Amino acid sequence: MLPGSAAPAAGSGMFVPTQTVGTVLCCICGVSMQPNPANMCARCLRARVDITEGVPRHAAVVYCPDCASYLQPPRSWLRAGPESPELMQILLRRLNRPLARLRISLSGAEFVFSEPHSKRLRLKLRLRREVLHGVVIEQTHPVEFTVHDRLCDACARAQSNPDQWVAVVQLRQHVPHRRTFLYLEQLFLKHGQASLALRVASAPGGLDFFFSSRSHAARLVDFLTTVAPIRTQTAKQLVSHNTKSSVYNYKHTFSVEICPICREDLIALSPQVSRDLGGLGPLVLCIKVTNAIALLDPLTLRVHHLEEKKYRAYNFKAALTSKQLVEYIVLDIEHESPEITVDGSRYQLAYAQVARASDFGKNDTMFTVRTHLGHLLNPGDLALGYDLYGANLNDDDMDTAMMRHSLPEVILVKKSYEKRPRTRRWKLKRLPVEEDGANKAKGEEEKRADEYEEFLRDLERNSEMRFQIDLYKDEDYRSEMASTIGDDVPSVPIEELIDDLSLGDDDEDEGEDANAHAGMVA
Amino acid sequence: MANRIQFENNCEIGVFSKLTNAYCLVAIGGSENFYSVFESELADVIPVVKTSIGGTRIIGRLCVGNKNGLLLPHTTTDQELQHLRNCLPDQVVVQRIDERLSALGNCIACNDHVALTHPDLDKATEELIADVLGVEVFRQTIAGNILVGSYCAFSNRGGLVHPHTSIEDLDELSTLLQVPLVAGTVNRGSEVIAAGMTVNDWTAFCGSDTTATELSVIESVFKLRESQPAAIVDDMRKSLIDSYV
Repeated sequence: MLPGSAAPAAGSGMFVPTQTVGTVLCCICGVSMQPNPANMCARCLRARVDITEGVPRHAAVVYCPDCASYLQPPRSWLRAGPESPELMQILLRRLNRPLARLRISLSGAEFVFSEPHSKRLRLKLRLRREVLHGVVIEQTHPVEFTVHDRLCDACARAQSNPDQWVAVVQLRQHVPHRRTFLYLEQLFLKHGQASLALRVASAPGGLDFFFSSRSHAARLVDFLTTVAPIRTQTAKQLVSHNTKSSVYNYKHTFSVEICPICREDLIALSPQVSRDLGGLGPLVLCIKVTNAIALLDPLTLRVHHLEEKKYRAYNFKAALTSKQLVEYIVLDIEHESPEITVDGSRYQLAYAQVARASDFGKNDTMFTVRTHLGHLLNPGDLALGYDLYGANLNDDDMDTAMMRHSLPEVILVKKSYEKRPRTRRWKLKRLPVEEDGANKAKGEEEKRADEYEEFLRDLERNSEMRFQIDLYKDEDYRSEMASTIGDDVPSVPIEELIDDLSLGDDDEDEGEDANAHAGMVA
Repeated sequence: MANRIQFENNCEIGVFSKLTNAYCLVAIGGSENFYSVFESELADVIPVVKTSIGGTRIIGRLCVGNKNGLLLPHTTTDQELQHLRNCLPDQVVVQRIDERLSALGNCIACNDHVALTHPDLDKATEELIADVLGVEVFRQTIAGNILVGSYCAFSNRGGLVHPHTSIEDLDELSTLLQVPLVAGTVNRGSEVIAAGMTVNDWTAFCGSDTTATELSVIESVFKLRESQPAAIVDDMRKSLIDSYV
């Protein structure tokens, strides 16, 4: 114990002398150095020991030029951009086995630039390995990957037979109009559900969606269960099968049938159904169709939501649909009760004196009816409703209802505005649907155009429906009609419109919507 | 001067031999090469004895001795004990001791005046050592290692210790042992000094992996170059040539 070499205690109470590390000579070159487990200076170590011995310098990787993905053996293809972290992961996984066998660990890797057309990918690895009595040495090591081009299975199949589909979703609704499909089309566009479809074809009574894999079709069907009341049936057909590997290839079919009840349908409930639903009046209006049907009794303002499964148990049909709406003029309104909100919509019971527009001026036929639209109607307004007085119906339930209760002669459904062909400042996108040329009936084009116009008008009126879909600003809109539009005609406020960014590619759009389109039915 | 040798292709010389100023013990190998090197060096001066201890060949690590005596572990058989008593000179006291730590060569390092021992050695053994070997005994550790017999080798003229020994420890040991000490390696960076070499006042034997640098350090600290000035050129040539291709 030399005097002066001891340091004072660090507060532990124990006497701890300082330890200065001495120097030894490197056993190879004799240079003085600090002792390390190998007792060789760093230069001698690096010169004598090559830790990258045995590490591969070349490797191969397979690339699909169509979908820009790389093969991860044995079978998966991973999409990776050039010099991206995913690509680095794929390349490093190829080197994992040899590195692990040599007990070398990887402390870093980076890309060295190489021309993309050279079909070579270069990596610089930093390897670490333990040698000689526990010394860990780090060394850089370049690796070059040769890129081989090969079409992946999906691209090969797509290229050989582009129309080959594996699953089809046949969407049908047995009603004479196509309003539901127009609305569903907009929903698909908003949620991007039809992006995976190989093609969309129109069929009598509905649409067909063709997919290249069963899971994509199942995804569309799952989406439909949440937005519409549907019933699904699946079927599959054997296309081919490999006896050696027991792999069976099928074509899957999903038959999806949408409930035939639509909005604004008038339904007469049989007494049993009416009793089951809690005494809902024999006449109900369907006001909203989501994955359940909302039925409103216009005389008691009660709303009942009927699920698809329950509907299937009763299976009633609409007595009158919106095609059979008749125009009425409101002569007088007498409010019966204050305005209430039921299920998010406002209703008000009122007594209205109406006359059919066709009768107005010609004769004195007037009807006094109770209506739920008291909050909307004023004397002199036009309204659309179902004419039960003059209708000739072929409906057993309606006959039963007529016999047991006294039915109103008119059920008013909605307010009507002046039909004015005017330009709109917004527009909608359409799905690319292949028309079925063989099945076209005469005058169908005109019918379709009318239905579309009606659908657009419906959108203007109904803000709830607008909430679910995307509307785009129409740049060609001229606002010269602004002054002549009546105050009460509903139009879409400009905040709800999305700026349609067209880069010459119709499918690109970037939203600049102030309105949070967050209320998705998902 | 220092020689580079191998025992049956193994460079750990200190395991298979024990060299002191009065005698040399050598293990029994398959061929006579090992023995013949020692004999060629030492035959005229001191007896070179071939032996085993407890039936094993690792005699260098099992026994400890100097010119005054030799201590053997309790595993030594009677025949071996007798053989050693017969072969060694009379002034060397050969004693078999009962010690739990039977690898005496790993636990005790000594020259003719001072001994360093394992801190856990029995008191009785310590007294025996002082008696038989005629040395002053110090319990010490070297660079934190308790096996002092393995990690240092010293003679009456100098000593080599574990390379990680701090400067303060080196000073302390040097004061205890009264010889110059240096921290270094043997056998191409091996830290187990006493297993890699064996030394007395005028010669040293190292494993053949020992590099020229290490050999020069050994020769300088143990003052081996001055011992035979006539052959100094030959010595330097031996230490400068690293390996025979």
